[in-house]
Amino acid sequence: MHNRPLMFTILGVVFAFLYIPISVLVALSFNDGGLPTAWTGFSLKWYGALWENADILNAAFNTLIVAITSAALATILGTLLAIGIETRARKGRWLESLIFAPMIIPDIVLAIALLSFFSLLKVPMGLHTIIAAHVVFNLAFVCAVVRARLKSFDWSIVEASADLGASATTTYRRIVIPVLSPAIIAGALLAFTLSVDEFIIAFFTAGAGAGSTTLPMQIYAMIRFGVTPEINALATLVLGLSVTALALAQRLNRGGIPGQ
Amino acid sequence: MTPLLQIRHISKAFGTILAVGDLSLDVAENEFYALLGASGSGKTTLLRMLAGFETPTNGQILLDGKDISTTPPNKRPVNLMFQSYALFPHMTVRANIAYGLEMEHLPRPQITARVDDILGVIELTPYADRKPDQLSGGQKQRVALARALVKRPRVLLLDEPLGALDKKLRGAMQLELKRLQHEVGITFIVVTHDQEEALVMADRIAILKDGKLLQSGPPREVYEHPINRFAADFIGVMNFFPGVADSTGLLATDGTRITAASTTHGPAVAAVRPERIRLGSGENTLTGTVTALAYHGLDLHLYVQTTAAPKPVIIRLTADMSEVQSLSHGDPVTFSWSAKDTRIFPA
Repeated sequence: MHNRPLMFTILGVVFAFLYIPISVLVALSFNDGGLPTAWTGFSLKWYGALWENADILNAAFNTLIVAITSAALATILGTLLAIGIETRARKGRWLESLIFAPMIIPDIVLAIALLSFFSLLKVPMGLHTIIAAHVVFNLAFVCAVVRARLKSFDWSIVEASADLGASATTTYRRIVIPVLSPAIIAGALLAFTLSVDEFIIAFFTAGAGAGSTTLPMQIYAMIRFGVTPEINALATLVLGLSVTALALAQRLNRGGIPGQ
Repeated sequence: MTPLLQIRHISKAFGTILAVGDLSLDVAENEFYALLGASGSGKTTLLRMLAGFETPTNGQILLDGKDISTTPPNKRPVNLMFQSYALFPHMTVRANIAYGLEMEHLPRPQITARVDDILGVIELTPYADRKPDQLSGGQKQRVALARALVKRPRVLLLDEPLGALDKKLRGAMQLELKRLQHEVGITFIVVTHDQEEALVMADRIAILKDGKLLQSGPPREVYEHPINRFAADFIGVMNFFPGVADSTGLLATDGTRITAASTTHGPAVAAVRPERIRLGSGENTLTGTVTALAYHGLDLHLYVQTTAAPKPVIIRLTADMSEVQSLSHGDPVTFSWSAKDTRIFPA
C-alpha cells in the first residue's frame, strides 16, 4: 500500500497513455513535411489549408450553429428546470431521475431512439433535428450544474426582494438570475463544449444531405482516406476551443459571483 | 385612537401543528414592541404573518384599520429585517438600499438623495460601494436595517436583529436601535429570545409560549409583576421555593415559613428576585452554605444551597461590600428578604 515509487510509476503510465497521443497530434499539426514519420520543421501551412477547404468551413459553421443554438436552448430550459425542482422539492424527486437519465443512457441508444422518433413522426431531418437531439442531453448537464449552485442558494434573498416591493418576475430578473449567473454561464459553456465534439447522436439525426454535416462528421468522412495533417490541425483547433470553454466554465463556477 | 396594528384572534396551523393559536394584541403608533419567546413559541410565525409570508389560518391583521391578512408581502407597507440579513450578494451596499425605492418607481434623484441620507444615519457612507461579503457582521446588520428603513414603512419588523452579533456589539446596537427608532419615528416590532434585549429596548413586551400570548406590558411591569410561574422564570432570574400556600404565605417542603401576600391556596411556589435578597436576618430569613461565587465585576452572584429549595438560591450583591469579600465556598450564610418582595404562584 505504501509503495510510493510504484504508485508514481502507475500514475506516470496512465498520464502518458492519456496525453502522449494528444501531444503527438498537436505537434504533427505544426509539422511542415506532413508525414507522421519525420519532423521537418515548424509550419502553420496546414491551418492555412483548412481555410481553403470549403467542406471543412461549411462543417465548422454548422457545428457552431448547432452548438450555440442547442446550448442556448438547453441553458434556458435547464435553468428553469433546476429552479422548478428545487422549489417544488417533494414532487421533484422522481422528475430529477427522469431528467438526469440522458446523462447516463449510452449515446448510441439515445441516437437510435431519436432517429426512430424523428422517422416515426416523419420529421424532415437536418440541423434542426441535431439541435433538438443535443438539447435533450445538454439540458441534463445544465440542470445538474445549476442545481449544484442552488444547494447553497440563500432563499431568504427572494423573500427580501418581495418584502421590498418586487413582483415575482422582477425578483427573478434582478435577484435570482444574477446570483445564479456564474452557474448558468458555466452550464452554457459545458453544453457548448459537449455539443461541439458530439458525433454519434449528430450522425444519426443529421439526415441524408451533406448540408447538415458537422465538424466531427466531416473529420470522420475525411479520416477514411487516412489521417492527413489537415485533420491534425482541425483536431488541435477543436481541442483548444473545448479546453478554453471548460476551463472558463470551471473558473466561473468556483469563483462565485463575477466582480468580487 | 385606534391602534396602528391590531392582531385579532390570529391562528396558524401547519398541518396538525398549531404554531400560533388564537392570539390577539395591539401595537400603537411609534411603539417599540418586543415579541419574546423561546424557540417554538410561535414568535417567528407571527412575524412572518405580519410580513405577509404566511397567511393566517384564522383571524385578522388590521393595519390602520384595514385588513391586510391576505395582502402579498410586496403590497404591504411593512418591511422585515431578516435574521440572516438577506443582503443581495451581487449588489453594492448602495444598490441594496436603493432596491426597495426602485420598486416604488421613484425618480432617480429622489432615490439617490434618500439612499445618501440613510447611509449617513447608519454611518456607512464610506462603504457604499462595497459588496456585502466585504463587510463585517455589524456593518451587514446596519445595511439590512437601512434597506428596510429607507422604504419608510408603517411598521418595521425585525427578526432576531442582533442574534448574529457578538456580545459587546449587541449591547451597543440595542441602544443604537432604540435611538434610531426614536429618530425615524417608525413602529418597530422585534422578535427575540433574549429577555435582556427585550427589557432594554422595548416600550412594551409580549411573552409568547406555545403559540399563545402569556403576558404583555411595559418591561418594568412584566419584570416586577409576572402573572405566572412561567413568566416569572422567563424574564430575568428568579428563585423559587416550592410548598403549600395559604392566605399568609407559603410553607416550604422543609417546614420553613415564607411570609407573603397570597391569594393562592394549595400547591404553589414562592418567588423572589436575586437583587431583593440581603445578607443577615429580616422578615423571611434562611440559612445555607455557599456553593459558588460568580464575580461579574460590579456584581457578585452568590449561590447558596438551602433545605427550602432544590436549587441553590441566587443572591445578587455589590462586589465591594466588606462582608462579601470574606465569603468563600462552603461558608455558612444567613440571608433574608421582605414579604412585599415575595410573589406566590400556583405550582
